[in-house]
Amino acid sequence: MLPYYYNIPAVSILLCMISGISIPLLSSGRRAYRLTLFVSATVTLLSALLMYKVIPLNEYFTYMMGHFPAPWGNELSAGPLEAMMGFIFGLVMFLSLLGGSMTLFHDILPGKQKFYFTMMNMLMAALLAMTYTNDLFTGYVFIEISTIAACAIVVARDTPKTIGSTIRYLAISLLGSGLFLIGVVLLYCITGHLLMPNIQTQVLRLVSTGLYTVPLTVVAGLLFVGIAIKSALFPFGAWLPMAHGGATTTSSAVLSGLVLKGYIVMLIKIFYRVFTIDVIRDLNVTNIMFACGLAGMIYGSIEAFREEHIKRMLAHSSMAQIGYIFMGIGLDVNLGVAAAFLQIMVHAFVKPLLFLCAGRLSEVYDHEKSSYRLRGSAHKDWVAGIGFTIGAMSMVGIPLLGGFAAKFYLVTSAMMNPAKLWPALITLMISAVMNALYYMPEVIAIWTRCELCTPNPVESNLGFDLISAPLLASGVIFLGLNGYTMIQVIQRGLALL
Amino acid sequence: MKQFIVELINDRFMIAAVLLFGLGFMNLLLQKNLIKKIIGFNVMDSSIFLFLASQGYINGRIAPIITNGVFDAEVYINPIPSGLVLTGIVVSVSVTAFFLALTVRLYGIYKTVDFDEIMLLINKEAE
Amino acid sequence: MNIETNFFKRLNDWVNGEADRLFPELHETDAPKPPEPVATIGPLPNKDVLFLTSYQAVALIVVIGMVSILLYTVYKLPLFGVADNPAVNEVVERYVEKGLEETGAVNVVAGMILDYRAFDTLGESSVLLLAITSVMMLLLKDEKNTDPDEELIEAHEAVIEDHNRDMILQTMTIILMPAIMLYGIYVILNGHLSPGGGFSGGAILGAGLILFASGFGHNRVKKFFNMKTFRTLTTIALLGYGVLKTYSFLLGANHLPTGIPLGTPGAIFSSGLIFVLDICVGLIVACTMYGFFSVFSRGEI
Repeated sequence: MLPYYYNIPAVSILLCMISGISIPLLSSGRRAYRLTLFVSATVTLLSALLMYKVIPLNEYFTYMMGHFPAPWGNELSAGPLEAMMGFIFGLVMFLSLLGGSMTLFHDILPGKQKFYFTMMNMLMAALLAMTYTNDLFTGYVFIEISTIAACAIVVARDTPKTIGSTIRYLAISLLGSGLFLIGVVLLYCITGHLLMPNIQTQVLRLVSTGLYTVPLTVVAGLLFVGIAIKSALFPFGAWLPMAHGGATTTSSAVLSGLVLKGYIVMLIKIFYRVFTIDVIRDLNVTNIMFACGLAGMIYGSIEAFREEHIKRMLAHSSMAQIGYIFMGIGLDVNLGVAAAFLQIMVHAFVKPLLFLCAGRLSEVYDHEKSSYRLRGSAHKDWVAGIGFTIGAMSMVGIPLLGGFAAKFYLVTSAMMNPAKLWPALITLMISAVMNALYYMPEVIAIWTRCELCTPNPVESNLGFDLISAPLLASGVIFLGLNGYTMIQVIQRGLALL
Repeated sequence: MKQFIVELINDRFMIAAVLLFGLGFMNLLLQKNLIKKIIGFNVMDSSIFLFLASQGYINGRIAPIITNGVFDAEVYINPIPSGLVLTGIVVSVSVTAFFLALTVRLYGIYKTVDFDEIMLLINKEAE
Repeated sequence: MNIETNFFKRLNDWVNGEADRLFPELHETDAPKPPEPVATIGPLPNKDVLFLTSYQAVALIVVIGMVSILLYTVYKLPLFGVADNPAVNEVVERYVEKGLEETGAVNVVAGMILDYRAFDTLGESSVLLLAITSVMMLLLKDEKNTDPDEELIEAHEAVIEDHNRDMILQTMTIILMPAIMLYGIYVILNGHLSPGGGFSGGAILGAGLILFASGFGHNRVKKFFNMKTFRTLTTIALLGYGVLKTYSFLLGANHLPTGIPLGTPGAIFSSGLIFVLDICVGLIVACTMYGFFSVFSRGEI
């Protein structure tokens, strides 16, 4: 008999899938909303339990999906890192749904709300499955699920503009999954396995014998490019601002905060569990990641600086943040990957906080999204104002906040690799200055009183004011205060992968 | 040289698959017409399935359905690629349907399926 | 002579998309006016032309580069059709040699996708649900995607269509429909014994329904297959799959027997869950296929 908590990954995935499937039977969008909230809260609690069990013991386990062990059946695998990601996915999904609920019911037609929540549940299941999977092909299937679900939650708002941006998002995502699929297929051809540990044995054998070196390099490249396209790394990320900027608030928060991160977590898992990180470094994939990451940091910051529309600005800033993550992985030191992971966690809290607050602030002036016209809105809705300020300060890198901790460890790990130290440091500095240049005017604008503007009466949203914004903000502060502990836990988790 | 040509003929399915993949990829990237983009995507996916199916085939063996009580693995081809192709086909059908639905809606709004024109019109509206 | 050349010219125009209808004079009475274009765009500004050209050039280079890399990779891969390539290993051996004993399915592929790797297949069936949900999200009629004039024209056309059903199509449907349905059910029920299974059988059933709908109109189909039946069938089939497989996953992982008998190999009621799962998958696929057709053509089920 297995310890009971080994069942948690499978139970959370299947719970999300089954609730997603059964939503069409419910009578209204409101009920679907409550079910989705309930499911994401349950997933959060279950993952918290899993964290509580595996982190102190530093345990890593695999879990058979069915009656057949590793090379024959599907498997899941989980350890401290997966548990933490599951917890963050569940929690942030819950908070985004709660915080954006009013805009959600306003933006989406009543007849179509149930469909939206089916998508949300399936997206959650796909994110969890991508994190927990121990099987590459399962990974591919759930990547496709998350592609369709992510496009559908963008298009749920149903304006001509969102349909246009969704079609571009879908086309580019399909390129990504096509490349990923052909990578998996080639890998199957040369190793004969689909489960990660078995592929790893074969890959190590191939590397030591020097057989099939070319296909192996091509596979690593294809898997990386496939996922980079989906997680909007710089040259492949042109679809992101329009898709994320146009969607309803909850969708933007979930897409920017979670979906992009799900792919990256899977990529890290593939690097560690399929190729082993040393092989990846030998194949020079990390150098490409490093270069793309740096370029993405600069490009995202410049574009965000030039953007007027507040949600598109946040989306461009996401591109820059994705650049930080890839730069961290590309630094070739283990602390760098840990710092990238911390950055993933911090960004998973900060971006939804910023999107939700920006959504609330723009309601003050008739859903006006231009940042210039949001002047004084924070005085009408001070919870959103404070939330936005905390988020922006974390982005800029004020000490005691999450963004500072992540950047601090990125710099520390850059110090450990002299070859990449100067490019990394200079880019980090430029990007930090740019961050301050586009976030601070925003913060000043929302706190500047505007005598001539005519604000709307703000409907209070207790879920946002009392739960969403405070919890997301305290998540940011918690990560900032406990950066060292988190890095320790992450490093131990990475060693187990 | 002779060796090379023999290998080329032997690998014909995989080579065809790669060429088709390139063709589909290019259509998905470059076609303006959304319907042709979708066709390109389907060609691309089908090429991957051709590749996968050709990987499963072994000369002189039969389909993996146990016949006459013969359980010897030497008799049947590799069943795994067939299963993976099945999964892939379903995913590709679903994505195609979604893509087509988006195209239908855009056509309903702008009365054109030229993606560049649509994007220009959308941007014009935003200004 | 004149009529004939005229006909070929018309056919040519129609095939090329220059003319809307092959015989416009037959439709003059009820032909809807061509909709006004919403807006027009002039010639592209120079900046955009430059961008498009460079984009095309870059894309071309990327694709050619990728194809040559992949061709080189293929050249380095194991040969086609040989028995000693890396993919033929202990996994394949066990699937073939122990498959019947462990899953009860004569068709090794069915045993693989519905038992050994059933989690993938659960994901795959949910992809179908997601696809039909997203198509319904976009195309089911609501205030955003319809306008009253088009509605009127469509209703008018539907009435005309109902009175002018194609006799050849109807007769052939009556003859073919039972055979198609029977064949679809056969393929589904024999999924574990012979080539086929839920996906192919479901597609055949869906095709039968589509044929019936095109022969006799949606309203006839609606009498036995409407939105409510569609929703109930898809949800219950997929829920059945999910719940049964959850049961088997959880027990399997905890090393407990499921207590589901595998039956005599080769018999129709055998192979335990695979038989039931095939039926579930078949129902989902059939409903989804018809759902696509119906939502695309009418905006409703």
